[in-house]
Amino acid sequence: MWRFIKPNSRNLRAWQLGVLVAVFVAWHLLTTPGLLPPFLFADDRQAAFFFGEPLKIFGRVWGWFIVNADIYKHLWVTLIETVLAFGIGTALGLGCGLWLALSPLAAAIFDPYIKALNSMPRVILAPIFAVWFGLGIASKVALGVTLVFFIVFFNVYQGVKEVSPVVLANARMLGASRRQLLRHVYLPSATSWVFSSLHTSVGLAFVGAVVGEYLGSAQGVGYLILQAEGSFDINTVMAGILVLTAFALVLDAMVSWGERRLMKWQPKVGETEKM
Amino acid sequence: MAAGTAALAFDAVSCTFISRDDPAQRYTAVRDVTLRVGAGEFVSVVGPTGCGKSTLLNMAAGLLTPSSGELSVFGESLAGINSRAGYMFQAESLMPWRTALQNVMAGLEFRGIANARAQADDWLKRVGLGGFGDRYPHQLSGGMRKRTSLAQTLALDPDIILMDEPFSALDVQTRQLMENEVLELWAAKKKAVLFITHDLDEAIAMSDRVVVLSAGPASHPIGEFHVDLDRPRDVAEVRTAPRFVELHKAIWDVLREEVLKGYRQQLAA
Repeated sequence: MWRFIKPNSRNLRAWQLGVLVAVFVAWHLLTTPGLLPPFLFADDRQAAFFFGEPLKIFGRVWGWFIVNADIYKHLWVTLIETVLAFGIGTALGLGCGLWLALSPLAAAIFDPYIKALNSMPRVILAPIFAVWFGLGIASKVALGVTLVFFIVFFNVYQGVKEVSPVVLANARMLGASRRQLLRHVYLPSATSWVFSSLHTSVGLAFVGAVVGEYLGSAQGVGYLILQAEGSFDINTVMAGILVLTAFALVLDAMVSWGERRLMKWQPKVGETEKM
Repeated sequence: MAAGTAALAFDAVSCTFISRDDPAQRYTAVRDVTLRVGAGEFVSVVGPTGCGKSTLLNMAAGLLTPSSGELSVFGESLAGINSRAGYMFQAESLMPWRTALQNVMAGLEFRGIANARAQADDWLKRVGLGGFGDRYPHQLSGGMRKRTSLAQTLALDPDIILMDEPFSALDVQTRQLMENEVLELWAAKKKAVLFITHDLDEAIAMSDRVVVLSAGPASHPIGEFHVDLDRPRDVAEVRTAPRFVELHKAIWDVLREEVLKGYRQQLAA
């Protein structure tokens, strides 16, 4: 019996699912009023008040997606903000990274400013963006862009600096013009670095969108959480967090999928077939 | 041979590197090198390690500008990249994000040649990699990558071929196969070849002329030998010819002193 239950590579998924179920069961047992005698709080309703109740949380999620079907609008807004922040931030980071990496003088001039901007806690810019761009999508995108930009920028910069000098000399000998070098040597080399940072930057674009919504907005999942928090509705807050987490996992899976498709030239460890 | 007709001519060329951090620190890799490679001639340069062989080749390619002296290609002074030369590097030079076929295509593509794919395919077949066009470099063996590099270089049909110890990373068997292949391709097209190697056997077996460089710094040619062995040659068989052994002894007598000098310098450093 234990032979089948013992964790191994085949029942990995089952074990992962088991951990999830265990967490929710423990949560349920500890928070449902009257189920267990209170040992931390004076009143057995307090646990539910502070931590929410899983069943009610699922009920809320169910209501959002199925019964009322009113979350799609908010999810869509958050998704648009994330995608825009990610796209614009990546494009800007790629452009600036290539430019500064290929012109050392410009890099030397801007170096202290890039460092200063990068070390600044950029979430603090959110109120300024709200003033500049209003409470709509634009201010959230702007916040996300500032977060994504530096991740991509530093990776592209590094990627261009680490182009193999032999590959570069070879491309020049093969007659590549400056533009062709950029397109066929620097860009592919930088792309591999960008992809290694993509999981981080998609996550940060998402953070930018949600934090922006949380600080002031009229729609989006962050807005839902803000509203619920205003009325101490901990179950809705938790439901919002669950939805955001699931959503982030989906985004991450999409990045992994894109990475596998675009980076198939990169060697993988242990690419052999067992006969 | 007159200067005007040489495919590649070094005229009293020197190359000095200056340390970026400390301009007072300088290193003269080669000094006063005068060397000619005629059209269709196969010239090998041998010398101890660190004697500036690669520097010489990089200058011929136009990747390095000589500090003094002049380089001319078919009588014309060289400025910038030498567009009539193909360069086969010692290290891995294939673009890892391109398949073997795309790598061979690269040069043709850069020059905007219409049927680049068909030509590249043809070259890939000629170096015996017909079925491997869709493989990425990391999926090929070292020998296959070298063949791809060879096809990539030759696909552009350069008038001058520069080779920097192209086979030094290969095992002996693969190496001899590749050497024979290169000789065959060279015999068919009769390009000027400047071949750098540290392997004297390889140099004699393949070339028309062997130039010996002195140990660095400031190395310069100290000996020149005409290899009057019959062609076509088989690099494995030619090694047993009496004339080969004679030449080998003669060149090695010149080279040995320099190798020892270079070795002592490396120990002292």
